[in-house]
Amino acid sequence: MDAVSDNLIEIHDLDYSFGARKIFNGLNLTIKRGQVTAIMGPSGTGKTTLLRLITRQIVPDHGVILVDGVDIATLNQTGLYELRKRFGVLFQNGALLTDLSVFENVAFPLREHTRLTNRLIRHVVLTKLHAVGLRGAADMMPQQLSGGMARRVALARAMVMDPDILIYDEPFVGLDPISMGVIVRLVRKMNDALGISSILVSHDVQEISTVADCSYLISKGKVAASGSPDELNRASSELVRQFMHGMADGPVAFHYDAPDYAEQLLGRDAE
Amino acid sequence: MLRDLYYTAFEFVRTFGALQLFFLRLLIYTPAVLSRRFGLVIGQVHNAGALSLVIIVICGFFVGAVLGLQGFSNLSRFNAEDSVGAVAALALVKELGPVITALLFAGRAGTALSSEIGLMKATDQLSAMEMMAVNPIRRVVVPRFLGGVVAMPLLAAVFSMVGLLGAHLVCVSLLGVDVGSFWQQMQQSVEIADINEGIVKSVVFGIAASLLAVWEGYNAIPTAEGVGRATTRTVVLTAIVVLIFDFMITAVAI
Ligand SMILES: Nc1ncnc2c1ncn2[C@@H]1O[C@H](COP(=O)(O)OP(=O)(O)OP(=O)(O)O)[C@@H](O)[C@H]1O
Ligand SMILES: [Mg+2]
Repeated sequence: MDAVSDNLIEIHDLDYSFGARKIFNGLNLTIKRGQVTAIMGPSGTGKTTLLRLITRQIVPDHGVILVDGVDIATLNQTGLYELRKRFGVLFQNGALLTDLSVFENVAFPLREHTRLTNRLIRHVVLTKLHAVGLRGAADMMPQQLSGGMARRVALARAMVMDPDILIYDEPFVGLDPISMGVIVRLVRKMNDALGISSILVSHDVQEISTVADCSYLISKGKVAASGSPDELNRASSELVRQFMHGMADGPVAFHYDAPDYAEQLLGRDAE
Repeated sequence: MLRDLYYTAFEFVRTFGALQLFFLRLLIYTPAVLSRRFGLVIGQVHNAGALSLVIIVICGFFVGAVLGLQGFSNLSRFNAEDSVGAVAALALVKELGPVITALLFAGRAGTALSSEIGLMKATDQLSAMEMMAVNPIRRVVVPRFLGGVVAMPLLAAVFSMVGLLGAHLVCVSLLGVDVGSFWQQMQQSVEIADINEGIVKSVVFGIAASLLAVWEGYNAIPTAEGVGRATTRTVVLTAIVVLIFDFMITAVAI
């Protein structure tokens, strides 16, 4: 295998801003085929935004994103949809379709893109629901699910088309320790057994270190550190240590940019 | 001042252009949606129709009854109370049926459409579809638009029919107008051209009301507040547009 085909996704020199607020500033990042790649970073650094850029829901101001060596900015709508069929995405809030039952939500991509018989669809959907432990909830409506259950249904839906690339945005939030363990193992198992690649966004340093092959820590619009979880744990940089060990003081600001606290409380900035 | 005016005018033209492009997109997708997602469209006709049916029947009945009362008291000054059926029918078929139905439709089904689509946007359901390589305009917007377009003329017809029953009840059963002349005068004076005018109006209003509802929903700011505002705008805009179109169509028809 040559070097190019080893890299599933390459991001070169990416810039992106929401209005005046710069989210990415010269980001470079590579995602290797067949691995679980974790993307970590403080809340609000743009992890979700990065996923939306990779799937071209939004377009970068500058820079290139290559998937399998193809610049996704050059794809037309058909090409883009073909690309997206290769992705399975778990949204941060689940994003289940509220007018469909759990079963139909998971069946949705199959009904849209395949001509499978109802019998076969039923089989596939129940298998996926079983994998996330919610076969019994097939007839419920999304409104009747708890947050964690909704996320697991969304996970089943993301897997149902057997994608090459699974993208998880915060899959562990709102899960109890048991489901968390199951889902973590599921992520790993899917990745290895099906030979797919996974991108995992999470704050959860502990869980990440058990599943990820490679992690990127993003901060201030750039990759602040990268490597295997062990490497990151041992890293000496202050920023990495702060994040990995969850300390409030350090180079990563806990606060969103704001005027001086004391001044604002005293009302001086109104003048 | 002048700058503000200039800016408002610019925004208006821009929005209007975008709305036309959006309409064009809906039309372009329509054949494919009709052939491949016919079931979804039927479901939406049912939704929009069933949502508004009760209110349409109740309002239609009372509008017809009032027309009967007013018509009777006005016409009896000229000893022409036998023509009350004709007058009520013309008013209902040509004017009140389509217009009031469109306004009620905007308030009931239109707001439901905008808030449903807006909420789907706010909860990332539309992005999720995009990510599953499903075009949300085809899957969500076009079936709802077509459902409204089909339902609106049907509802207008129901409104006019129930209205006539209301007028009949008031005039014939309560005020003692002769049944024969009530319906015969109506039959003689209402022409096919009048009915056509009513049909044209209800179709045009149906397109306008449905288009504005899905447009407002699809372009809503994806927050609870944004969706609320989009719903209000749907009602207000539809009322304005329907009354303007009503004037224009009537002017052409006469
Ligand atoms: N539609 C938008 N318009 C303007 N700003 C936005 C928009 N979406 C996100 N942002 C801003 O972009 C930044 C990055 O947002 P993003 O959702 O990517 O963060 P995140 O890293 O996923 O955070 P979290 O871990 O909390 O999910 C945030 O500061 C947010 O305020
Ligand atoms: Mg996020």
